[in-house]
Amino acid sequence: MNEFFSMLFDTSTALGWTVITLLKVLGFVVVLLISLAFILLADRKIWAAVQMRKGPNVVGAFGLLQSFADFLKFAFKEVIIPAGTDKFIFIMAPFLSLTMAFIAWAVIPVAPGWVISDLNVGILYLLAISSLGVYGIILGGWASNSKYSFLGALRSTAQMVSYEVSIGFVIVTVLLLAGSMNLSEIVEAQAGGFWHWYGIALSPITLVMLPMMVVFFISALAETNRPPFDLPEAESELVAGYQVEYSSTLYLLFMIGEYLNIVLMCAMVTILFLGGWHAPFDFAPFTWVPPFVWFSIKLLFIFFLFAMVKAIVPRYRYDQLMRLGWKVFLPISMSAVVLVSAWVVFVQGGA
Amino acid sequence: MDLAVLLPAVAFYVFAGAAILFAFGVVSARNPVRSVLFLIMTFFSAAGLFVLMGAEFLAMILIMVYVGAVAVLFLFVVMMLDIDLVEARQGFADYLPLGGLLAFILTVELIVLGASWHVSAKADGLRQAPISADQDNLRAISEVLYTDYAFFIEAAGLVLLVAMIGAIVLTNFHKKGVKRQSISAQVARKAEDGVELVDVKPGQGL
Repeated sequence: MNEFFSMLFDTSTALGWTVITLLKVLGFVVVLLISLAFILLADRKIWAAVQMRKGPNVVGAFGLLQSFADFLKFAFKEVIIPAGTDKFIFIMAPFLSLTMAFIAWAVIPVAPGWVISDLNVGILYLLAISSLGVYGIILGGWASNSKYSFLGALRSTAQMVSYEVSIGFVIVTVLLLAGSMNLSEIVEAQAGGFWHWYGIALSPITLVMLPMMVVFFISALAETNRPPFDLPEAESELVAGYQVEYSSTLYLLFMIGEYLNIVLMCAMVTILFLGGWHAPFDFAPFTWVPPFVWFSIKLLFIFFLFAMVKAIVPRYRYDQLMRLGWKVFLPISMSAVVLVSAWVVFVQGGA
Repeated sequence: MDLAVLLPAVAFYVFAGAAILFAFGVVSARNPVRSVLFLIMTFFSAAGLFVLMGAEFLAMILIMVYVGAVAVLFLFVVMMLDIDLVEARQGFADYLPLGGLLAFILTVELIVLGASWHVSAKADGLRQAPISADQDNLRAISEVLYTDYAFFIEAAGLVLLVAMIGAIVLTNFHKKGVKRQSISAQVARKAEDGVELVDVKPGQGL
């Protein structure tokens, strides 16, 4: 019996590896879903506070259980599938969107060694998966067989494809500095206090990297269809964009996928620019705090910024959005890649 | 049988079989959108095969470029065009012999190529991976592309640039009479440029 258990948790055997990985996946999914419930509530509370409202405050103390009440409501409503839809694709699209949001988390290191798969090309994997997120939206919009959905899906896809380009270039600057595509190694390269974090390092290259962090943040807003770039669901023009025809559980899946992507983007800002799980100072009282806590604090801070942007910035016009992506961010991030590579070769002396 | 040998073999046959099945789905699906979806699944299976060969960089690039960009454009076009399937399938029997002949010739060529590659005198050298074992494939590819063949990459980049400019020149028309937005002029404009305050005396017009 004892032997069986030692084999079960020994990652060198096939069985042990499977069990350990499954446990890790389960842990990630459970923690993500539960924290998502409260992050959703925080989003609404911050939004309300900016507008001097109270926000949800009825279900549970301070409205803490609001998300769970919403979840139950969604789950018990009727799934309406409009006539003329492509039924298979209509049902598949939200699942696709949720799955893509979840599997991106497979390479996110939240603390030293706390990662499902420490992939060598982790950052490429993230880029590849985030480019797949488009499919849930475009297929959902098309399969609904409605003009509003289809227009919303087209807008959303064009927007995501455009901003992926600048996100890709910003990521290239970081991996040039870190010299690795492995996310854990990128975090390790920023060890030793906040003056080593790529976004705010005490070094001349910060003049390039700090704007890159801002570009990444704004592109992340566009990539996740958050305000001020929520054109795909601009309610004054398209009712609700690609999700007009979705109801109950299918809509819930879309929404969870959307918020998971937002949190993923916050995690990426944390890992790429804010030193991941490292404490801001590498001496006594700060290093006592567990790495996971630091990671969460930074992630939540970035999410707070996401929520504030939603509350205080008006929506962009669509042509302005496209102009910002292609004519402003793309040239800026491309020249940043040139500058950072020059810095790495001529100042740091690496290649 | 050893699991370490068995598992990759099983994975290979699963991915390869899936690739062929999905590829068949691409040409046989009645709905063009479904057809593109099959194409995406074919790309995925091919990416899985790349991972099995230890070329995870190529696998990621395949997904990023083909699934993330090219197939999205296909999907865009297919969704917006209203393709009449009945019309598209007319003349199927007329083209069958020619298409079959082409497919047959291609298959024979592939078989001959594969067989001669196997029995070639230089077979061992051809089959050797051009990278040393202590290097990961990412570094190996970048060394080949950006150090050994840097000028060819740049030449290819120039060709792409010319093609891009050509596409823009061919499709970019400025209609006369359409007002265009000039962001700099818009930002530089002040209240004094557009507003004039006039003191109007009571009982008089302007």
